[in-house]
Amino acid sequence: MVNWDPIEKIVAGVSSGELKAMDLVERALKAIDSGREFNAIIAKIDDRARRRANNIDKEVSKGKYAGRLAGVPFIAKDNFLVIGAETTAGSNILRGFNAPYQATAIEKLESEGAICVAKANLDAFAHGSSTENSDFMITKNPHDKTKVPGGSSGGSAASVVLGMAPFALGTDTGGSIRLPASFTGSVGYKPTYGLVSRSGVVAMASSTDVIGPITNSVEDAALVLECMAGRDNLDGTTIDRSKKQYTDLSIDLNGKKVGVVSEYMGTGVEPDVKNAILSSIEKLKKTGVKFQEVSLPSLPLALASYYIIMPAEVSSNLSRYDGQRYGFSHPKAKNLEDSYNWSRSEGFGREAKRRIMIGTYVLSSGYYDDYYKKAQKVRTKLINEFSEAFNSFDFLIGPTAPTTAFPIGHKAADPLEMYLADIMTVAANLTGIPSISIPLPVSGLPIGMQIMTKQKNDVQLLAFASKVEKEL
Amino acid sequence: MAKLSKEDVLKLARLAKLHLSDDEVEEFRKEISSILGYVEQLREINLENVKPTYQVTGLTNVMRSDDIINYGQNQIELLKNAPQSESGQIKVRKIL
Repeated sequence: MVNWDPIEKIVAGVSSGELKAMDLVERALKAIDSGREFNAIIAKIDDRARRRANNIDKEVSKGKYAGRLAGVPFIAKDNFLVIGAETTAGSNILRGFNAPYQATAIEKLESEGAICVAKANLDAFAHGSSTENSDFMITKNPHDKTKVPGGSSGGSAASVVLGMAPFALGTDTGGSIRLPASFTGSVGYKPTYGLVSRSGVVAMASSTDVIGPITNSVEDAALVLECMAGRDNLDGTTIDRSKKQYTDLSIDLNGKKVGVVSEYMGTGVEPDVKNAILSSIEKLKKTGVKFQEVSLPSLPLALASYYIIMPAEVSSNLSRYDGQRYGFSHPKAKNLEDSYNWSRSEGFGREAKRRIMIGTYVLSSGYYDDYYKKAQKVRTKLINEFSEAFNSFDFLIGPTAPTTAFPIGHKAADPLEMYLADIMTVAANLTGIPSISIPLPVSGLPIGMQIMTKQKNDVQLLAFASKVEKEL
Repeated sequence: MAKLSKEDVLKLARLAKLHLSDDEVEEFRKEISSILGYVEQLREINLENVKPTYQVTGLTNVMRSDDIINYGQNQIELLKNAPQSESGQIKVRKIL
């Protein structure tokens, strides 16, 4: 495994000419090759990455400023549109698709000198919690090859832990950044809904989809977020960024009030997970952080609400894959109707079809009020309960997942069992609040602690998480 | 608990423009019934006076200015992703 320095240090090295962007890119590409057995990467972007590295090194040698991420290699989940490799979203239906433009997030990172070196594996269309639903291959957990890395950004998380790049991008619709971060021992950040533009990212459930970094430290995550956050005319749901820099990690822990979510500490949580959280709390108490249990009574309904809203939006978003304008088109279809049906049936995997049909069901007339509208009402209740909690607490904490990484194949046969892996992460998506998963110091398989705060309080959350990371 | 019939599954597949094999129909019937059984817990809760939330950051219609924007897209590049094209246009199969 390759160990990368903190991103700030790498950038300082490249900017001073002490490090060459080209060497960093070669190092990343080499790490990708030597970690092939983990199936974390779908495609490398070597030519374009080398060209960009060369340009950056030239600029630096001329004494020019090369950006806040100068020469830093990174890996994008394969649902980001990136020039230089196919964008498949891990699906057969998009195999062979060459993006004609790049995602805003990629553009922003590139404008700061970062270099995308590869596309990471994911559950097809980000549908899953283990990366087993990729139409191509199953990513393995770097800590134990018989275990899943979590999902759906499992390739991104595994690639960071394997040292293939200092950071990777993921997407989080119901926990898809935080769960793999928890299972692989990396830092995963889910920003406030709308803080990072999703233009050029394959849509899953548009009312909860967010983009965020997976990194080795909170400090690195803050720097990547700093370079991506803010409004974008190409994504009408984006919000204004904070006036403060996300890299301003100053905070005084003393007196900070933290609620320990009792619904996340009860039955179903593995004892090791619970103990890791409890012993972290004990350590943090010494810094003056005040902990208290808090209950959000509607939390047990969050997962059911999510598994109505999400497939509803998935069924709508995936209707664009019709075999006509791009993506797989069935060669034998003679008329338009057959072309739609056959292209979608052959191009979509099991999970995509399942979600499309569930979404179609809950949106159909006669069921809409019972399912979809009720789920959106539960969302309101959750928002109200979280706001109330944030009147008393600066932050809420709990485990990111009830278990450590589970064995490959263990939940694959029962979709409902797989859905339960998201039980602790979906509430942040339904309510739009920011949430981070940081690894706890444990001897066995990694365990993540989830820290949440109110919407648009990302600066404080990153500062708090960074201090906590250092104290533990 | 919502128990889907074979006909229910076929209807959903038809609405979603999916052709399923017999095995798929049976598997989806079981799996989707079980998932709907789980989410059905919401049906029993009284949410009479609660308003639904569709957008979480409080944004309402976000309009862009009515200007023509050049996205720098190249027609030839765009059409390369289309399964079939002719005379600079995407070609689809016959409708009838």
